Amino acid sequence: MAHAKESFISKYIFSFDHKMIGKQYFTLAMIMGFIGGILAVLIRLQLGFPSQPWPFLENLFPVGMASGIMTPEFYVSLFTMHGTIMVFFLLSLLPVSGFGNFLIPLQIGARDMAFPFLNMLSFWTVVPGAIIIIISFFVEGGAAASGWTAYPPLSAIRSAIPGSGAGQTLWLVGMIFFVASFTMGGLNFVVTILNLRTKGLRLMRMPLTTWAQFVVGILGLLSFPALAAGAILLTFDRSLGTSFFLPAGIFIGDTLMPHEGGTPLLWQHLFWFLGHPEVYIIMLPAMGFTSDVLATFCRRPIFGYRSMVYAIMAIGTLSFLVWGHHMFVSGMSPFLGSLFVVTTLAIAIPSAVKAFNWLFTIAKAKIRFTTAALFALAVVSLFVTGGLTGIFLGTNATDIQLHDTYFVVGHFHFIMAGAGLFGAFAAVYFWYPKMFGRKLNERIGKIHFWITFVAYYAVFFPMHYLGVAGMMRRIYDPNVYEYLQPLQPVNLFITISAFVLFAGQLLFLWNYFVSMRRGETATGNPWDAAGLEWSTPAKPGHGNWEGDIPEVHRWPYDYSRPDRKRDFVGQWES
Amino acid sequence: MSQTAIAQADWGGGASPFGVAWQKMMMWFFIVTDALLFAGLLVSYGVVRIATGSWPVQSEVFSLTYIAAMTFVLITSSATMACAVKAAELKRPQIATRWLWLTIVGGFGFLGMQAYEWSHFIHEGGAIASNPWGPPTFSQFFFVITGFHGFHVLTGVTVLLVVAIRAAIGKYSAAGIENAGLYWHFVDLVWVFVFALFYLV
Repeated sequence: MAHAKESFISKYIFSFDHKMIGKQYFTLAMIMGFIGGILAVLIRLQLGFPSQPWPFLENLFPVGMASGIMTPEFYVSLFTMHGTIMVFFLLSLLPVSGFGNFLIPLQIGARDMAFPFLNMLSFWTVVPGAIIIIISFFVEGGAAASGWTAYPPLSAIRSAIPGSGAGQTLWLVGMIFFVASFTMGGLNFVVTILNLRTKGLRLMRMPLTTWAQFVVGILGLLSFPALAAGAILLTFDRSLGTSFFLPAGIFIGDTLMPHEGGTPLLWQHLFWFLGHPEVYIIMLPAMGFTSDVLATFCRRPIFGYRSMVYAIMAIGTLSFLVWGHHMFVSGMSPFLGSLFVVTTLAIAIPSAVKAFNWLFTIAKAKIRFTTAALFALAVVSLFVTGGLTGIFLGTNATDIQLHDTYFVVGHFHFIMAGAGLFGAFAAVYFWYPKMFGRKLNERIGKIHFWITFVAYYAVFFPMHYLGVAGMMRRIYDPNVYEYLQPLQPVNLFITISAFVLFAGQLLFLWNYFVSMRRGETATGNPWDAAGLEWSTPAKPGHGNWEGDIPEVHRWPYDYSRPDRKRDFVGQWES
Repeated sequence: MSQTAIAQADWGGGASPFGVAWQKMMMWFFIVTDALLFAGLLVSYGVVRIATGSWPVQSEVFSLTYIAAMTFVLITSSATMACAVKAAELKRPQIATRWLWLTIVGGFGFLGMQAYEWSHFIHEGGAIASNPWGPPTFSQFFFVITGFHGFHVLTGVTVLLVVAIRAAIGKYSAAGIENAGLYWHFVDLVWVFVFALFYLV
């Protein structure tokens, strides 16, 4: 498409091009992920070397690490913000907002998203949110400290702990920006996929990545309002003295709080009605990437395409019926708890469908072990590990023992954080040539993969043992309990592994930014992939296809065709 | 949309499956998500009210006749909006715009009545964190739910004003009237739930 010359601002800053907006999200998510990673390193520093002085850190955090020793208040802020940043600003922004924007029009054969202006607006709404979240570390009292779940009363009473003051207010403001941005994005995703598919692209010919983004868009639209409603009420509780979430009889120090009539459980219901679908908002795109990447590098049609689509829908639907499994120890009726156990374990069925379909796709294939393929295989591994530990937590009888221990931390770092992150890595290595017209360096990529994979298991697998042994999820110094002292070597091992894991990601960042200019130049279809996005030029301009938008004649997984000269047939070929 | 049209919907790509423009579809999805926001607030109200036990008798606190009049004004504005949409569909811009202005008057009328109701409530002693009629959560939910709805009415009136002013300066859009109408009907429908659940039950 011919285009007027664009200025720097209209091309790189307030761009309407879905690909540029996608890349903007990548940059923002990587910055936030880097910050979230630093917070994780600080958390592990405290757990590996409890309360030891690190004088050089006093310069960075004069209050939180006065005389070099981390204060408990600072530690609480650290894990709160680590969770918030990683869940919302890395794992939601990168696979959903980033890849969703970048890939949906390319994969469905559209020139852009349905409403490009709203798309641009949604990015520039989340940026202030991210900035506010970062600024909250530097206000009086430090950042929010009530966990990423922001449970009242810690989050509702300003004087509860230092982080409950200005830090928590900024947390809420930042989250409201995030929800607004994500809602705009979700509207765009759903409408674009329904209305703008090119001729011939029936729903059952869509790549599984686009299917995942479609369901994620719907999940976001249906679940985030619950958080928004909760956030409105919580803001009132904090600033106007209402007591939606606050019962009578709360003491802060020796002062009786004037609240009465509310219930903190209400927040838990509202939060987890969002919180659990949010897990699948993170997981489903990773599942889609994995399917696309595995099919390409196994040179195999994805096994059970229809069952994969139905599994995505089933997971999306069930995700709304399981939020109570986060609240088994909140005093809920055991009968209600059993219902949540049934719905929770039912998710194992579509999840197993996906895992087995991947295995059948891989089975006996001659896999091309590119970095993207390795990361996609790792997703399958992490998904099974995290899925199996999930069964113990989804059953109330065992959850009561394991609730709020390191078993939970290990579990969700495998399934949600791990599979989500590795899926995102697979996607970056796979689609990077489409983003920048160059490939990421494969040699560095493989080193990055093995460091990340080994270190990831080394960090999070031992956490299950810590959890069974009784180490609490949010404990500041495990050594205060005698029965946890023998576990200190395990904590030290995890800490050292975490440092390695973090260092490995620096390798990736270096690769990502250097390859933009120095990487091996790629053709329009460097992986011999069959998806429609690979019919565009190496670096597609605004409008994606130079001539007419191609018509689609087949599904995106037409590999291993002995009747053809090449072993695949692109979606765009008749 | 009729059932046969849905059965014949074109899912094959290259066309809108429901035969609607993306703007209208986006408005529908937005209404779904906004409705769930109200659902979140109303469910919270239900949970807290049941947990509280004693609750003021609404007819002793509010003049239900007055609230019914407010409801009447809002529902009437929905009817005028429907006339505007129909006129736009029949390609009669001037009539459509006239109905639109009438709707805007109705919207402002509702907002004015609500402002009076709020000031009356506050005058009687109802504050955000306490009130003379019973548990503090009563007035809290009153302000949050009716306030949030009033905010939506204000947004709706603003949208209608934008469409009307655009028509006045020659940028009339039938689709714009239709989409604004969808939102307006939604805001009115939500009030029915607020009226039933907060004032009557």
